[in-house]
Amino acid sequence: MSDPMFILEVAISGLLSGVLYALVALGFVLIYKASGVFNFAQGIMVLFAALCFVRLQSLFGANGPSHIGFWAALVGAMAIMLLLAICVERLVLRPLVNQPPLTLFMATMGLAVVLEGIASLVGGNLIYPLDIGIADDPIEIFGILVRKVDLFAAAAGTILVAALTVFFQFSRVGRALRAVADDHLAALSVGIPLRHIWILIWSIAGAVALFAGLIWGAKLGVQFSLSTIALKSLPVLLIGGFTSIPGAIAGGLIVGATEKLTEVFLAPALGGAIESWFAYVLALAFLLIRPQGLFGEKIIERV
Amino acid sequence: MYYRDAGQFKTTYAEDSAIFPVLQDRWMICIGVVAAFCLPVITSDYWLTSILLPLLIFSIAAIGLNILVGYAGQLSLGTGGFMAVGAFAAYNLAIRLPFLNYLVVFVVAGLIAALVGMLFGLPSLRIKGFYLAVATLASQFLIEWILVRVPWLTNYSSSGVVSAPPMVLFGHHIESPASKYLLALSIAVVAALAAKNLVRGPIGRSWMAIRDMDIAAEIIGVRPLRAKLLAFAVSSFFCGLAGALWVFLYIGTIEPQAFDLHRSFQVLFMVIIGGLGTILGAFVGAAFVVFLPIALSNASALIGGLPPDVLSNFELIIYGCVIITLLIGEPLGLARLWSLGREKLRIWPFPY
Repeated sequence: MSDPMFILEVAISGLLSGVLYALVALGFVLIYKASGVFNFAQGIMVLFAALCFVRLQSLFGANGPSHIGFWAALVGAMAIMLLLAICVERLVLRPLVNQPPLTLFMATMGLAVVLEGIASLVGGNLIYPLDIGIADDPIEIFGILVRKVDLFAAAAGTILVAALTVFFQFSRVGRALRAVADDHLAALSVGIPLRHIWILIWSIAGAVALFAGLIWGAKLGVQFSLSTIALKSLPVLLIGGFTSIPGAIAGGLIVGATEKLTEVFLAPALGGAIESWFAYVLALAFLLIRPQGLFGEKIIERV
Repeated sequence: MYYRDAGQFKTTYAEDSAIFPVLQDRWMICIGVVAAFCLPVITSDYWLTSILLPLLIFSIAAIGLNILVGYAGQLSLGTGGFMAVGAFAAYNLAIRLPFLNYLVVFVVAGLIAALVGMLFGLPSLRIKGFYLAVATLASQFLIEWILVRVPWLTNYSSSGVVSAPPMVLFGHHIESPASKYLLALSIAVVAALAAKNLVRGPIGRSWMAIRDMDIAAEIIGVRPLRAKLLAFAVSSFFCGLAGALWVFLYIGTIEPQAFDLHRSFQVLFMVIIGGLGTILGAFVGAAFVVFLPIALSNASALIGGLPPDVLSNFELIIYGCVIITLLIGEPLGLARLWSLGREKLRIWPFPY
């Protein structure tokens, strides 16, 4: 049990699955950072995007070579997520400008219910296999077995995070996004086009959801339980901070690694299946030391 | 319309600080409560057991959550967990101490839930807002896990689903739908009165001060530790009570799955739709959440011709749309409609 190689292998597989949690958490962070909305529908958006992709792929793939089907489905799913972003902005967010955050949160919960209905209308209770063209066979690096899909996800996730961080920090649009998060009305009054910003950020979150859905779908198959992984990614948010994109990745890695390690070494002593709550308790412990998460913006309050 | 308080002069301090200062309010509430107690005479058992009973129990839970979210401003997603604590505490008290009166069982179960709630309320001293909301999920998952893992709590039952022992109260068997309904109604009325009195006293004012701005509240002398933990304790007491009633009066079996995350969100929906920071809102919200799916499935039965699974998906979609529409139309909840209407009535027929 205490073979260092084994511990390392467990830790690495945990880190790699942590990247996947981080990808889902990233969607939360994007929307929270850019509009101050805690988007509860992010988890179901992951499922919804993956489901659209799978259905489109089987639609296009039926009459054509498979790689064309793949790209067509990708474009199609992205178009659907864009459409969703426009609908959400138009029908949900715009009428709720300047409402308290709690109301917006509840609205996204309503949205989650709607998407759940649509998703099960489109998909039913079936499990769809998803092939993204990467063989799911393990490869050996320095004597440690790693799945190719995980490696691909880790690499792509890193690129995604780097790109988004640069975008937020150094572009004009990124600055506008941060302004919107601070105060809707103030942002509007200095001339920031709130509508475009919201559509933009929900589309980006949709794209991230699609990406996360594809990776998860390739690992587990596209099925309804995908929407519950969002719950797994919430502690990631707590640890990393709601407003930090690198924080999502750091949090994901911490949660992934500790979750796997404790599942292997601690769970037998506790009676097993501690995965469901361990990440939350870990996050709580973190919060007691840093209430805004590892990289979250420090909340300054004045009376 | 004769809803106005003209001519009702308050000549003593007691009258000035009465719980319902307007005479018409007192009448309406009296008539409403009496009507609710007479309801079993005219309604069918189906209505009593599968609509009104869950409505009342949900109302108690919603009052509890409303105290925490609406009055003290601490967003919690762990309601289901606290309900489960109350349910399992009541079950264990009932089978291990069979000589106890059931009312005592319910109260003690509520107190145990309050203790657990205080424990999970501790992080609220450090963190707030959505951080706290996600942190309270820890209680939900941890409690669910403990209830599944510790066999002593389910009296070593192999299936994990145990039926609740039959209820006897002052020598009467609480078995018929009417008696169950009347018991739940009595408890709900007492709970609502207690909550109403709590929130309009010094404790409630300290909660509201914490909600509006906790730093400012601290400066004017409200102790955040006391106020926040008390809010968690009182809220969990109501939730635990609701959980115990849920098991003993409504479903009759006890299983952790009945109090999952879905339940927490359901209660949160009630609180938000009904109106944050109102006791009336808890009842209105509970009624809305209980009635809407029934109304939807009745409406969809009228359409016909569609397979049931497609229908249930459409119901989900419509349910979500109704919630969003309601939030857009009245972000402060349904209880707000009543208070607006009340203001209009008081000065009717003049606009202002």
